[in-house]
Amino acid sequence: MAAGDSIQLQGLAKSFKTPTGPVHAVQGIDVAIERGQTVALLGPNGAGKSTTIDMLLGLLPPDAGSATIFGRTPGEAVAAGAIGAMLQGGAVIREVTVRELMSMMAALYPNALDVDEVIDLVGLSDIAERRTEKLSGGQTQRVRFAVALVCDPELLVLDEPTVAMDVEGRRAFWTTMRDFTSRGKTVLFATHYLEEADDYADRAVLMAAGRVVADGPTTEIKARVGSRMIRATLPGIAAASLAALPGVTSAERRGEGVVLRCADSDSAIRALLQAYPAARDLEIAGADLEDAFVELTSAPSSDGPPAR
Amino acid sequence: MNARRSYLRFELIRTVRNRRVLIFSLVFPILIYLIIAAPNKGENNVSGTGISVPLYFMIGLAGFGTINAVLSSGSRIAAERSVGWNRQLRITPLTTREYFRAKIASSYLLAVVSLLALYVAGAAMGVRLPADRWIHMTWLILLGLIPFAALGILLGHLLTADSIGPAIGGTTALFAFLGGSWFPITGGGFIEHLAKLLPSYWVVQASRAGLGAPHPWTSEGWAVIAVWSVVLIALARRAYQRDTKRV
Repeated sequence: MAAGDSIQLQGLAKSFKTPTGPVHAVQGIDVAIERGQTVALLGPNGAGKSTTIDMLLGLLPPDAGSATIFGRTPGEAVAAGAIGAMLQGGAVIREVTVRELMSMMAALYPNALDVDEVIDLVGLSDIAERRTEKLSGGQTQRVRFAVALVCDPELLVLDEPTVAMDVEGRRAFWTTMRDFTSRGKTVLFATHYLEEADDYADRAVLMAAGRVVADGPTTEIKARVGSRMIRATLPGIAAASLAALPGVTSAERRGEGVVLRCADSDSAIRALLQAYPAARDLEIAGADLEDAFVELTSAPSSDGPPAR
Repeated sequence: MNARRSYLRFELIRTVRNRRVLIFSLVFPILIYLIIAAPNKGENNVSGTGISVPLYFMIGLAGFGTINAVLSSGSRIAAERSVGWNRQLRITPLTTREYFRAKIASSYLLAVVSLLALYVAGAAMGVRLPADRWIHMTWLILLGLIPFAALGILLGHLLTADSIGPAIGGTTALFAFLGGSWFPITGGGFIEHLAKLLPSYWVVQASRAGLGAPHPWTSEGWAVIAVWSVVLIALARRAYQRDTKRV
């Protein structure tokens, strides 16, 4: 793919000095994103997602490697108004109305969208004249989203955009996002929700402890980390015999209950009920992403504690 | 509307809407002035100087009040950084120059308003000066504030919202004290030599133009203001450009 038509992170690395020694937040990552793709940067807290995003946006100089955005340096892309971003952090500037804020932001960019159109798109029309310090948490998030969209960015970067939202707000947010990305925008969003990556991204880049541990279509990633857990109340059966059931990768006893980690939960649950009809209080859940990462990344020894 | 004017206007609007800043940088100095000067406003010869009480303290407080007003931009910047606004602004095409212009303009807005409020209070207590003295005093004070406007931005980008309050209070008090805002520094000793190297000394001298001093700034005064301005603007610029990390 042509460098001018993609986002390239090459050998990107960043360490921070701390009183307890250096923290290797990002340890040399290579990622290429084609124009028009929606990519999830997936990982637990401390994986290096935000540090990667800061380097992509030119907010943090990398120790090594480079980031290019459609053939430009981050600084050039920012100066050209090509990037819209929703950064981590919960608030917006005070003492202005939503519309004043949006108008000022729009005036900074060469090809900004119509302010009213954006306000409408994110559902802020009713509160456009309200002061930003009087907004609820969810409304504030929408204002931040509107700020990211108003420049009509070529690249939209969202750092954990739904972190403070309830389920309803989260759904509404992604619906708006889809409308927007259908215009052929390139999107990179960081999340620690596997479902969000699965539902809204074409591709997921998995980070753990500052490295890319997997990169591919979300279905593939899901198969790798998306193991499921079955919980059941089943006294008196040894964990070892449960672990031997088809589809089960490991089993653990917790008092009267058991927890089975499964590669194939469908086969596992059939086998479990056939072999032990006494099993009750059955519960199947997607494995915790953090657990999955621990599994994925426990093999290589890490040479430093992870950071944000 | 172009980018520069839009951001400038935005900052000015935010400045006049911030009640805390308005109260502390405008109402406070006026209040101090009224408390000190009003009870003795009939006294026409302070300590044998031949100056009336309202004029004497109006001159004295002009420097302190305006320094306080321009430095207050620092606490607003620190508050903006604490909510991540500074980083959001950094990923827009807004340039360093445009940012500084807007920040300095909003500092000066507060300084001018606080100065005018003090003049009005002074006039209400009977201060009468020829027009050229009002003008001379005003523009020299505003010129002398350049280093403090830069210092406010510098501190705002270096300190956190928690620590900036005491830092600005302390800085204002120290500069005002050593600059002779509270009592005249004379005698030719070490303190006076030190005071003359500080921009606040010359801001206080500038207000003496109101007493009719034809040239309140010596060449040393011009040089001190120029050097502090250049150095502090350069430092503030550097602090702003480096200030892109998460706070």
